[in-house]
Amino acid sequence: MAMPMESPISFTNVGKIRWWQRGIFASQTGYVLLALAVLLVIMHFASPYFFTQGNIQNVAKNFSFIAIATLGVTFVIIIGGIDLSVGSMMCFSAMITSMVMTELSTPGGLGASLFVHMAADGKTVLANVPGLILLVSILAGLGVALIAGLVNGFCIAVLGLSPFVTTLGMLSIVRGLGYVVSNGRGSFPGGPDADYFYALTSGDVLGVPAPFIYLVILALTMAVVLHHTSFGRHVFALGGNEKAAELTGIPVVRVKIEVYVICALAAGLQGIIISGWLGSAPANMATSYELNVIAAAVIGGANLAGGIGGPLGAIVGCVLLEVIRNGLVLAQVSSYWQQTLVGVIIILAVLVDRIRSRMT
Amino acid sequence: MASAEASPVLELTGIGKEFGAIRALHDVDMQVFPGEVVGLMGDNGAGKSTLVKIIAGNFRPTHGEMRFAGSAVHFSRPVDARAVGIEVVYQDLALSDNLTAAANVFLGRELKRKFGPIALLDHKAMAARALELFGELRSETRPDDLVKQMSGGQRQAVAIARTRLSNARLVMMDEPTAAISVRQVEQVLGLIHRLKEQGVAVMLISHRMPDVFAVCDRVIVMRRGEKRADKPIHETSPEEVTALITGAKEAA
Repeated sequence: MAMPMESPISFTNVGKIRWWQRGIFASQTGYVLLALAVLLVIMHFASPYFFTQGNIQNVAKNFSFIAIATLGVTFVIIIGGIDLSVGSMMCFSAMITSMVMTELSTPGGLGASLFVHMAADGKTVLANVPGLILLVSILAGLGVALIAGLVNGFCIAVLGLSPFVTTLGMLSIVRGLGYVVSNGRGSFPGGPDADYFYALTSGDVLGVPAPFIYLVILALTMAVVLHHTSFGRHVFALGGNEKAAELTGIPVVRVKIEVYVICALAAGLQGIIISGWLGSAPANMATSYELNVIAAAVIGGANLAGGIGGPLGAIVGCVLLEVIRNGLVLAQVSSYWQQTLVGVIIILAVLVDRIRSRMT
Repeated sequence: MASAEASPVLELTGIGKEFGAIRALHDVDMQVFPGEVVGLMGDNGAGKSTLVKIIAGNFRPTHGEMRFAGSAVHFSRPVDARAVGIEVVYQDLALSDNLTAAANVFLGRELKRKFGPIALLDHKAMAARALELFGELRSETRPDDLVKQMSGGQRQAVAIARTRLSNARLVMMDEPTAAISVRQVEQVLGLIHRLKEQGVAVMLISHRMPDVFAVCDRVIVMRRGEKRADKPIHETSPEEVTALITGAKEAA
């Protein structure tokens, strides 16, 4: 060819994308974040109570209660899937955790002799190793989530079933199992480790609610995993073009299963935290939470078609939902309006993004 | 550069493929040499895609033997073919729109840096290497731009850069010029020349006669699952090739 190989490539025909047209500025997450900021300012003027320490703590705690599960669902949405079983999963994990805790803490219970003994007075139960019961019961709760996630992943990635149908089935299966193991009565965390359990789930550190701390740690981890590891790269590639991902040699089946397991584990952890706050794990706990969780992810900018989403968006979506709920309460609007408004916001958020992508 | 006395990089002998009662390919012999551009032509259903899929490891042949760089090969998955140095640029390019050019080039073989037990992506090194590859291909493509914002020619460059990454010895391109503008066709043909310069064998599967005659050294015509012609490009003409494709002329 006539062209010498040494000449550097020039970009005469290819313009550089402006900074405000790329990254967060060009994403739905950016717009929703802006809307959230405006909403916060409005709330400040509308109600003198909004920015009080107590209310902010309350808001932070409340959105943390769905945000961890939203992080998990965001993973699934990025690969172009959906997980409807998160609500049931929260309940079942919480239930198993508190049942195992109670069982291990009851002298004479299954395997309890390893963990507890009676005090000299014959009434008080003491732990052999403080905290061990808590650890084992939380692992049991997460263990059932892991199994459910593996089953979801196997059915979707290996058997090729549709994610919607598979996880709809899992929603029912897991909820049903929750009723079976508890006889519909729900369960309560008990025994010598219950105080640790409450401290870890509904306590706070220097005024910051514990669930919020977990959320921040998990969200930062998720950001690193998504953007700085090859697993995260593969997750995005899978959502962008599954066939391409397969052709380039990405282990599609493995990545999919891992993503559904992550989602189930996040839901399980979320359920365990909620049960600590509620003080029990009723059999109807977190019913239809999957809709809130998915709504939060979508409002925050995760695209149900796959390929787009992130931890910031998940959190922003959850905060927006909670601030609106909180705001309606402060403004003394009937709480029945909340659901209606949430629906309007879901559609608005997606609509704004649609208009924006049409314009560029 | 292409030299006739060099040993063939790919050698097929008596390749046949049946799908149930349908005979898709019958007794195909073919050789491809390093630095050679071979055009593979034929009408729909002539067996081109089946042949490409056998070479790429998507199908196993029912009959025949395939040798790559001198040794017999049996692929059960596309990954096996890629491992020995056969890359395919698919018609739909197999790119992830939501990722950057560099991310697509390195998809599935990301460069990483170790931090203790954790391996994080080395964004800088990947962007630098991708820019180098785009430079070799003379494509005005920025490694950090999203593929969804790119032109057809740039997307081709990304797909081809991916094959350069692994130092493939045979690149098969499936209809690379089918759905792009005239200027972009020029770019793609330029890209094929770049591959040839670097001693890579290229198989161009195309319906577009002018493109085949512009870049190919040799043309192979398939019809009804059989190889009907295998001629140096300067010994044939578009008219003859058309006649071979349609069956007006049986063989040459």
